[in-house]
Amino acid sequence: MEKFSRLKSVVAPLDRSNVDTDAIIPKQFLKSIKRTGFGKNLFDAWRYLDPGEPGVDPEEREVNPDFVLNRKVYAKARILLSRENFGCGSSREHAPWALIDYGFKVIIAPSFADIFYNNSLKNGLLPIVLPATVVDEMFKAVFLKEGYEVLVDLNEKFVQTAENIKHRFEIDDFRRDCLLRGLDDIGLTLSHAEEIKRFESRQKSQQPWLYK
Amino acid sequence: MEGKTLYQKLWDSHVVRSESDGTALLYIDRHLIHEVTSPQAFEGLRLAGRKPWRTDSIVATADHNTPTLDWDKGIVDPISKLQVDTLDTNISAFGAKAYFPFRDERQGIVHVIGPENGATLPGMTVVCGDSHTSTHGAFACLAVGIGTSEVEHVLATQCLMQKKAKTFLIRVHGELQVNVSAKDIILAIIGQIGTAAGTGHAIEFAGTVIENLSMEGRMTICNMAIEAGARAGLIAVDEKTVNYLEGLPMSPKGADWVAAQNYWKSLRSDRDAVFDKVVEIDGGSIAPQVTWGTSPQMVSTVQGFTPDPKAENDPIAKQSVQAALEYMGLVPNTPITEISLDKVFIGSCTNSRIEDLREAAKIVKGKRVADTVKLAMVVPGSGLVKRQAEKEGLDLIFKQAGFAWREPGCSMCLAMNDDKLESGERCASTSNRNFEGRQGTGGRTHLVSPAMAAAAAVAGHFVDIRDQSLK
Ligand code: SF4
Repeated sequence: MEKFSRLKSVVAPLDRSNVDTDAIIPKQFLKSIKRTGFGKNLFDAWRYLDPGEPGVDPEEREVNPDFVLNRKVYAKARILLSRENFGCGSSREHAPWALIDYGFKVIIAPSFADIFYNNSLKNGLLPIVLPATVVDEMFKAVFLKEGYEVLVDLNEKFVQTAENIKHRFEIDDFRRDCLLRGLDDIGLTLSHAEEIKRFESRQKSQQPWLYK
Repeated sequence: MEGKTLYQKLWDSHVVRSESDGTALLYIDRHLIHEVTSPQAFEGLRLAGRKPWRTDSIVATADHNTPTLDWDKGIVDPISKLQVDTLDTNISAFGAKAYFPFRDERQGIVHVIGPENGATLPGMTVVCGDSHTSTHGAFACLAVGIGTSEVEHVLATQCLMQKKAKTFLIRVHGELQVNVSAKDIILAIIGQIGTAAGTGHAIEFAGTVIENLSMEGRMTICNMAIEAGARAGLIAVDEKTVNYLEGLPMSPKGADWVAAQNYWKSLRSDRDAVFDKVVEIDGGSIAPQVTWGTSPQMVSTVQGFTPDPKAENDPIAKQSVQAALEYMGLVPNTPITEISLDKVFIGSCTNSRIEDLREAAKIVKGKRVADTVKLAMVVPGSGLVKRQAEKEGLDLIFKQAGFAWREPGCSMCLAMNDDKLESGERCASTSNRNFEGRQGTGGRTHLVSPAMAAAAAVAGHFVDIRDQSLK
């Protein structure tokens, strides 16, 4: 997992609520058995005018000029701004994979669907919850000013706007630490292997049928 | 000290260690695996040179990609085949307690085969790389859907890092009207509380209506807890739970069975347990439900109408109603019963169990699918369901009525195989998600109960099945 601590970037506005994981990465692209390569089909149904099928070169496709991410100013955006309940729907982890593969590092929204939120953190994508009013202000600012930028500081847990206003956000200390250090969960858990084994032997004596 | 909720009991009995921030390492008893969310997890294990911690916790099947026709021809689509073959390879390389591969007689949708084989037992923690894992909560399991990284984590460590959820009690009391089923209950609940109400919560369903439901009905309810935003759905153990499990292939036997039952009886919320949130629902007021939009909360009673965006004051709500109606090809104020269908799909982990098929068959018996319906299909949830239905002659009822009778799998619930809606086609579906494109790009999904789907197939449009004397 890649380390993350600070990032300044243009903010891409995706002005919709309930962006579901099927919109993020439509199911016809889930058939891969790999973890990478999904970025070209991120928001496929919105980004292109022709129906997307796996294996088709994006260069050959008809791009939807009205879709926000297709605007040049957002080509290098690493921060996505959206509305409430981002990432709802199917638990597919391909959604954060696609967002990361495309180049996003941070998603800011008033709320996220639980599974998506966790999947993102585990993959090094930082979901930031800010109050709906703050998000609304940001949308306004983004629409007002082409190439509006914000600074995200994970260490200090704030988002700083171009107007130098700092919005603090909450994140689990543990999760923050993992992101800051680029730590893999599995190695961390395996360092507690003895405790896991102790749990098993206790459970086995109480509920032996679980081990047959 | 106040009593404990069922959720709290399940949580407490699985904590391996707690971190200071409230995150806990939970031990996982049952790991259900299917072909879509597991390849990258196994790939990750291999890349890191790790092995599964405990293969006898694993129960696997291929369901999302498998065809529902011409099984003798195998899987034609090369990408689907690759996923299913990869699962075969991974399971044979690493091992499992049970594997029901493509064409196995016990193959089926992962959330159907777990309970019917006794692989899902009360008091367990159950995980699967699939959001509808909440289904298993009907057996008083702490069952949660996880992502592929977590699948890998559980494979490697037998544990899952979790934050404790808040508790939410939904009590459905009273008595249901005739031909109103579990699906209507859960759709009505979601319609009332919304798809975000359960976020951060584990929902326990209780009350006389829930107690009176069969295990199949309870699974339908818990299945869609996730559509109410909850990570898990839960229902207490009672006699029905125990009776359902008795004698199943993987249920405890002999002395274990006695001990297990004793333990399972404690798996209910204490009388004085306090929930973070409680909602009371009058079961008697629930009518058959039909979703009209692109989120499960966009739902109406069958005698209702599509909404009018003009009636919405909130601009965001107005826009979302408008967008949904547009996508669905519907105009405001249309009576639900005037919506006609191109296709009908009876299946999915929400409603493809034997009881669902019985209810649908009751409606179609001796009738014909309307000429205007291009395809009406029944996809049993598993090989066992299919065989049981055939034993009861349900397949004949369906076939004589003009339904296609298919092989088990997820099928048109998510259209990863050949079963899908064409753009613009409208479908009455017993599945759980009506999102844009869920059943095929441009497809329009109306979520309903099996009986409602069956009646719609016969009439060609939605009908109020309470008018029919069927019970
Ligand atoms: S039937 Fe549908 S919801 Fe259920 S596991 Fe399969 S794809 Fe998912």
